[in-house]
Amino acid sequence: MAPDLAQIWDWLDQVPDPEIPVISVVDLGIVRDVAWDGDMLDVVVTPTYSGCPATTVIALDIETALRDRGLDRVRISTRIAPPWTTDWLSDKGRARLEDYGIAPPRPAGGPERCPRCRSTDLARVSQFGSTPCKAHWRCNTCLEPFDYFKCI
Amino acid sequence: MRDALFEFLCRMGDNTLVLGHRVSEWCGHAPVLEEDIALANTALDLIGQTQMWLGLAAEVEGADRSADDLAMLRDVWDFRNLLLVEQPNGDFGQTMMRQFLFDAWHLLMLQALTDSTDTRIAAIAAKAVKEAQYHLERSADTVIGLGDGTAESHRRMQAALDLLWPYVGEMFVADAVDDSLCAAGIAPDPATLRAAYEARIQTVMAEATLTLPDTGFAHQGGRTGRQHSEHLGHLLTQMQWLQRAYPGATW
Repeated sequence: MAPDLAQIWDWLDQVPDPEIPVISVVDLGIVRDVAWDGDMLDVVVTPTYSGCPATTVIALDIETALRDRGLDRVRISTRIAPPWTTDWLSDKGRARLEDYGIAPPRPAGGPERCPRCRSTDLARVSQFGSTPCKAHWRCNTCLEPFDYFKCI
Repeated sequence: MRDALFEFLCRMGDNTLVLGHRVSEWCGHAPVLEEDIALANTALDLIGQTQMWLGLAAEVEGADRSADDLAMLRDVWDFRNLLLVEQPNGDFGQTMMRQFLFDAWHLLMLQALTDSTDTRIAAIAAKAVKEAQYHLERSADTVIGLGDGTAESHRRMQAALDLLWPYVGEMFVADAVDDSLCAAGIAPDPATLRAAYEARIQTVMAEATLTLPDTGFAHQGGRTGRQHSEHLGHLLTQMQWLQRAYPGATW
């Protein structure tokens, strides 16, 4: 008997993002749809940034995870509209990002507080960081650098 | 219409491809680590956008070519990018001036394309416009910072502006391809972007204490493919080297 969709979403929520392994691909909001088409499982993903090199790895990781659960017929497709937004990040994902040392995105355009010491005295070092989705900031209180998840 | 659409998609994709390659040439060479990373990220966004534009171009052409084939197996005369984006990097200031002059146009173009009657084009534009917005924020800030910086940085930025400004006019010259796409509501008439572009440029240049050259001269021939500058061929020898030396090589 084919597993129900809630079960599959749960499995996908255990697939870590390859760059930021503390959050899942579901937390990241890039799994847009999961549906059965007969005995074929359709999984629709959307890229974060158009050139993000993790996108192909993510598709492969999703396929591998589902195969490991015994799903042999999986079709992964890419959908670019509507474009990915950080609004799709789950609350669980946001909390885990901060625990991991990455300040979660905010519409105000900058981090709310230092993910380590919670200070609000912050400075932007660079608009870009170690991956396309992050910017590089510094805390003026504990003096530690940290990543900020860009808001788009 | 299919020919015009293919042509237009190559123009969009070749701009991001050639500029993405140019910007990637900085990888490991930028003045500071943060700028190195920022340039590499910008290049990555542009190459990602190229995959979407040239992917759609290949689909529209229907000649069994892929985005990779279009990028790696065409020669100079088939490229449709603006002459601006193939110009050499020069110093860091010149690279950032080129980026700003392109980003300011790119954002307006993509914003207009989000209303395209072709939903595939509107979708790519909606994706790319967020990245272009971010690129423009950074390139404008850098032009202002270096223009209104030291005597040396100001001198270099003014020289970069004087050198690159004559390549801007090409962005706004419409031809038969633009006319037919504009009539179908697929893409804007490029000339309609000019007023907003110049307003943005003037604001930033004033803040950067830089003076726009008093010339209406425009180098042309890139977006039509009629005559590229000598620099594109040299760029392609680097970018296409692997496929030229080992035809059909894959990962």
